[in-house]
Amino acid sequence: MPKEYRTIEEVAGPLMLVKNVENVNYNDLGEVELADGEVRRCKVLEINGTDALVQLFDSSAGINLSNSKVRFLGRSMELGVSVDMLSRVFDGMGRPIDGGPEILPDKRMDINGLPMNPAARNYPQEFIQTGVSAIDGLNTLVRGQKLPIFSASGLPHANLAAQIARQAKVRGTTEPFAVVFAAMGITFEESNFFIESFKETGAIDRTVMFVNLANDPAIERISTPRMALTAAEYLAFDAGMHVLVIMTDITNYADALREVSAARKEVPGRRGYPGYMYTDLATLYERAGRQKGKNGSITLIPILTMPEDDKTHPIPDLTGYITEGQIILSRDLYRKNIAPPIDVLPSLSRLKDKGIGKGKTREDHSNTMNQLFAAYARGKDAKELMVILGEAALTDIDKLYAKFADEFEKQYVSQGYNTNRSIEETLDLGWKLLSILPRSELKRIDDKYLDMYYGK
Amino acid sequence: MSIGTIKKVAGPLVIAEGMRDANMFDVVRVSKHRLIGEIIEMHGDKASIQVYEETSGLGPGEPVESTGAPLSVELGPGLIRSIYDGIQRPLDDIMKLSGNNLQRGVEVPSLKRDIKWKFTPCVKSGTKVTGGDVIGTVQETDIVLHKIMVPCKLKGTIKSIKEGEFTVTEAIAVLEKEDGTTQDLTLMQKWPVRVGRPYKKKLSPDMPLITGQRVIDTLFPIAKGGVAAVPGPFGSGKTVVQHQLAKWAEADIVVYIGCGERGNEMTDVLNEFPELIDPKTGKTLMERTVLIANTSDMPVAAREASIYTGITIAEYFRDMGYSVALMGDSTSRWAEALREMSGRLEEMPGEEGYPAYLGSRLAQFYERAGRVITLGSDDTEGALSVIGAVSPPGGDISEPVSQATLRIVKVFWGLDASLAYKRHFPAVNWLTSYSLYVDTMANWYKENVASDWMDCRGRIMHLLQEEAELEEIVKLVGMDALSAPDRLKLEAARSIREDFLHQNAFHETDTYTSLDKQYKMMHLVLAYFDLSTMALKNGADIEKLVSLPERERVGRFKYVQNENAEKEYEDIMLNLEKSINNLTTKGDNEDA
Repeated sequence: MPKEYRTIEEVAGPLMLVKNVENVNYNDLGEVELADGEVRRCKVLEINGTDALVQLFDSSAGINLSNSKVRFLGRSMELGVSVDMLSRVFDGMGRPIDGGPEILPDKRMDINGLPMNPAARNYPQEFIQTGVSAIDGLNTLVRGQKLPIFSASGLPHANLAAQIARQAKVRGTTEPFAVVFAAMGITFEESNFFIESFKETGAIDRTVMFVNLANDPAIERISTPRMALTAAEYLAFDAGMHVLVIMTDITNYADALREVSAARKEVPGRRGYPGYMYTDLATLYERAGRQKGKNGSITLIPILTMPEDDKTHPIPDLTGYITEGQIILSRDLYRKNIAPPIDVLPSLSRLKDKGIGKGKTREDHSNTMNQLFAAYARGKDAKELMVILGEAALTDIDKLYAKFADEFEKQYVSQGYNTNRSIEETLDLGWKLLSILPRSELKRIDDKYLDMYYGK
Repeated sequence: MSIGTIKKVAGPLVIAEGMRDANMFDVVRVSKHRLIGEIIEMHGDKASIQVYEETSGLGPGEPVESTGAPLSVELGPGLIRSIYDGIQRPLDDIMKLSGNNLQRGVEVPSLKRDIKWKFTPCVKSGTKVTGGDVIGTVQETDIVLHKIMVPCKLKGTIKSIKEGEFTVTEAIAVLEKEDGTTQDLTLMQKWPVRVGRPYKKKLSPDMPLITGQRVIDTLFPIAKGGVAAVPGPFGSGKTVVQHQLAKWAEADIVVYIGCGERGNEMTDVLNEFPELIDPKTGKTLMERTVLIANTSDMPVAAREASIYTGITIAEYFRDMGYSVALMGDSTSRWAEALREMSGRLEEMPGEEGYPAYLGSRLAQFYERAGRVITLGSDDTEGALSVIGAVSPPGGDISEPVSQATLRIVKVFWGLDASLAYKRHFPAVNWLTSYSLYVDTMANWYKENVASDWMDCRGRIMHLLQEEAELEEIVKLVGMDALSAPDRLKLEAARSIREDFLHQNAFHETDTYTSLDKQYKMMHLVLAYFDLSTMALKNGADIEKLVSLPERERVGRFKYVQNENAEKEYEDIMLNLEKSINNLTTKGDNEDA
C-alpha cells in the first residue's frame, strides 16, 4: 500500500502542491481521496526536493486541505489494453462507461508512448480510397498518414469525418481494420452522430471509443488522445490491424493545455498557449505511421475548429507544421451549398506523391492533379476579376477558366456525403472537366496522357 | 569526476546538488537510467541540467554523475551514410538494441567500433606535422575519400605510421610532440560541438553553389560558403526545397539536419537517397550524405544540440578541403527548444517568450559557415554553405526567429502560400526574395556560362517586376485597357513564371536543370518577347502572338532531356522566328 499524505498545501485551478513527500518521481500518477471516499486522479508535474506539484485530472471541488489524502502510485499513467476493447466505450481516462465489464488487459502500456525511431519507420505509400473526389483525386490519403481536417464552428466536419471512416478502404486487401475514436470536449449530439454513423455501417464492432464530452472535466482532455493513441498502437503494432484514429476536437485539447500552463504561471507563447505546444502536439500526431516489420498501421485524422476561421491561429498553425498536410473546409463553399465544402487549393496531402500513379491509382493521376489545381486557381482568379469588372473584361480563355471553376466546384467537389466514388470515377470526372479547356492550355499534362484521355 | 544528487525535476530540466566540482557544459549522466544531460547553469553547488531524454519517473535523491567533458562528437570514417539522433547516437544501432521505439539511456558509440578501415598513409615517419595536416586517407564510400588529419591542437613529428586495416580506435601513427612526449593518433578524433573548428583564414565567397533549381541558380543564387534562409508557412514547400538542395546541390558532402520535423520526412530521405543517382559521380546520393534526425516527438533538449552536432560534422569535412552543404530543417524548432529551456530556467524572456540571446545564438551558428583556408601546411580551401529553413508562425516573418535570421543571412528565399495554392513550385516569391551574392558572382557566371547571363537575368527580373505593376492595373480596369505592348509583357512574364520558374521536383528531367540549359530556357522566353515586340511594331495582331502554337514547345522545353536540348533549342528558335515573321508578313498582306 503506498504511503498516504495529508499534506496538501495549496490548491489553485487544476494544480495542487503537496509537501513532505518521499520517493515521488516526475510524471508519477497519484490519487486524491476525499473525505467521503471519492477518488480522483492526478499526476506529478514537478518535483522539487520534498515538494510535489501535482496536476488534477478532475475538478478540484471538494478537496480539503486538512482531510483529503494523496497517494502516489509509483508509475506513470497506464492503459490496460486488449483486443476486447473493440466495440467498447470508455471515458477520457480509459474507464468503461458503456455498462460493460472491466477490460482484462493483455498488457499495460504507458499512455505517453515512446517516440518512434525514424530509422524504424516505413514510409506510408498505400493509397486509401476514401470515395471523396476532393481527397482521393487532389489530396490523396495514404496508410499511416496524419491528415487533419481544419474546420470552423458550424461547418460539417463531422459529416466528412464520418464519411471517410465509413468509406475508407485500401483496394485489393482484406486485412483487419479498426477505428479508434477520441472525443475531446465535444457535445453529446456530435459524439452521438459518430456513434450512430458507426452503428449504421456495422463499423461499431470494430471501434474503440474514448469520450470526454463538453461537460466532463476539461483537464481530463489532456489524457484522452493519449489513451486513444495507446489503444491504437496496441491494435496496430501488437495486433496487426490497420487503425484509423479520429480525434475531435483538438482545439478543446489545446485549450486544456493552456489552462494548465496558465495555472503554472508559465511564460506564455502566442495567444497564451504554452511555448511547448508544438512539442506537445507533435508527441500526439507523430504516433501515427507505419513501422518496419509490423503489419499494422495508424492513420490519424484529427479534427480542429479554427477560432475565427483563422488558419494562422496557433492551433491550426502548429498542427499544420507537424501533420502531413491538411484538409480545409471553407465557409464560402458551405454557403454555396457545396458538400463537402473542401477548399482544395489550400488543402494539401504531403504524402500523395508516393501513393499515386501507376500500380497504385492510375498513371495519369499526378499530371491531372497538378493541372486541376492550376486550372482551378486560375479560374478562381478570373472569377474574382469578373466580380470587379464584369464578364466583358475577361479574355475568352479566362471565361473558359471561370466556367471550369464553377463546374469543378459543382461536380467534382460537391458530391454529397453518401456518394462513394472509385478512383477511376474521380479521375475520369477530372478529365471531363479539363476538356472544357483547350488542349494547348494543359501544360502540366504529359502528351501521352493527353492522347489517351483528353476529350474521351 | 563528481557525483551529485537530483533535487528537482521539471520536464527536461533537472537540478542537482553536490555538483561543485563539475564544469559548465559538462555532459552528465542522470539517475540510475543514466540519461544524458548537459550542465547549463551553476548556482553554488547546484547545477541546472538539460536532459536529452525523457525524464519521466526521475525523482529527488537519484545520482547525477559528471563525465568531466563537454558534449562532443566523434569524427572519423563511418560518418557518411549514417543517421544520427541529436547527440550523435546512430539510430540504426539504437533500433537493434531497443526495437522500433526509442528507449531511454541507450549507450552506443557514435562511430562503429567493429569496422576495419583500410588506411593509406601519405606522409612518412620523420615528417613534421601540425594540426589539420593530412597524414593519410581512407576510402570511406565510393566517392568520399576520408582524409585523416592531425587533431587541431597537436604539433610535432610523426615517429611511426602504419598502413593497413584499422578500427577507428586503433593507433595508426605515433606523434612526438615538441615537448618530447608521444601520442597515438587514431582514425577518430573528438571535438566539442559548441566550439567552431578552427581555420587559418576566411575568404569571401565568389562562386555559386549550383543547385539545378532554376529560380535559385538564375535569380537568387547562393555562394559556396554562403548562408541562405528559407522561411515559409506550412505547406509552402520548405522541406521539398531543402530536399531538392540536398539532392542536387553541387557539394562533395551534404549534412542534413531534421530538427524537430516530421518522422516520415527523415524516412523519405533514408529510403530515397540510396536510390537517387548523383549526376556528377554516377553513385547514389547517400554516398555523400550524413543525416541528423531529431523528429518532433523526440526529446526537446536534444533538438537544441542537433544543430551543433550537424555543423561540427560539416566543419570536419570542410577541413579536409571539401565543399560541404548543410541543410537545417527547421531552425525555428531549434529556437523553440531554446525558448522552452529558457522558460524552465525562469529567465527573463525577450520577444514572444524567446530568450534575449536568441539573436546572438543564431548569429554564432550561421557564422560557422564560410569559405576558408583550412589549418595544415598546404593551405587547402574548403567551403561550408548553410541553408536554414525557418517556420514562422502563420507565415508571418515579422516574428523574432525570422527577423534574427534575416539580419545574418545573405540569401533569402521567401516562400509564398498563395503561389503554393496555385501549385507553383518551388513557391519562391520573386518579388520579395533576394541574394546579396549576385554582384560578387557576376564574373563567375560571365566566364563560366555565358557573357550575357547577368543581362538576361536582369531582364527577367525586370519583366517580373513590371508584371506585378501591370497586374495592379488589370485588377482595377481589366485586361482590355492595356496596350498591346503591355499585354505582351504580361504574356512574357507568364511564360517566365510557368515555363521557366515553375519546376517539378518529381519529374525525372525537370528536377535538375544544368546552368547551360537554364541559359537556353531564359533565351527562349526572351526571344519570344523580343521577336513579338518587333512584330507588334510591324503591325502583327497581339491575339495571334499570344496564341502562337510554338509557345507550347517553349513551355515543354524543360522536360526535354539534356542530350536533346541543344537540337530542340535551335529547332524551337528557328520555328519561333519563322512563325512570328509570318504573322507580320500576313498582317501586311491583309492590310494590302
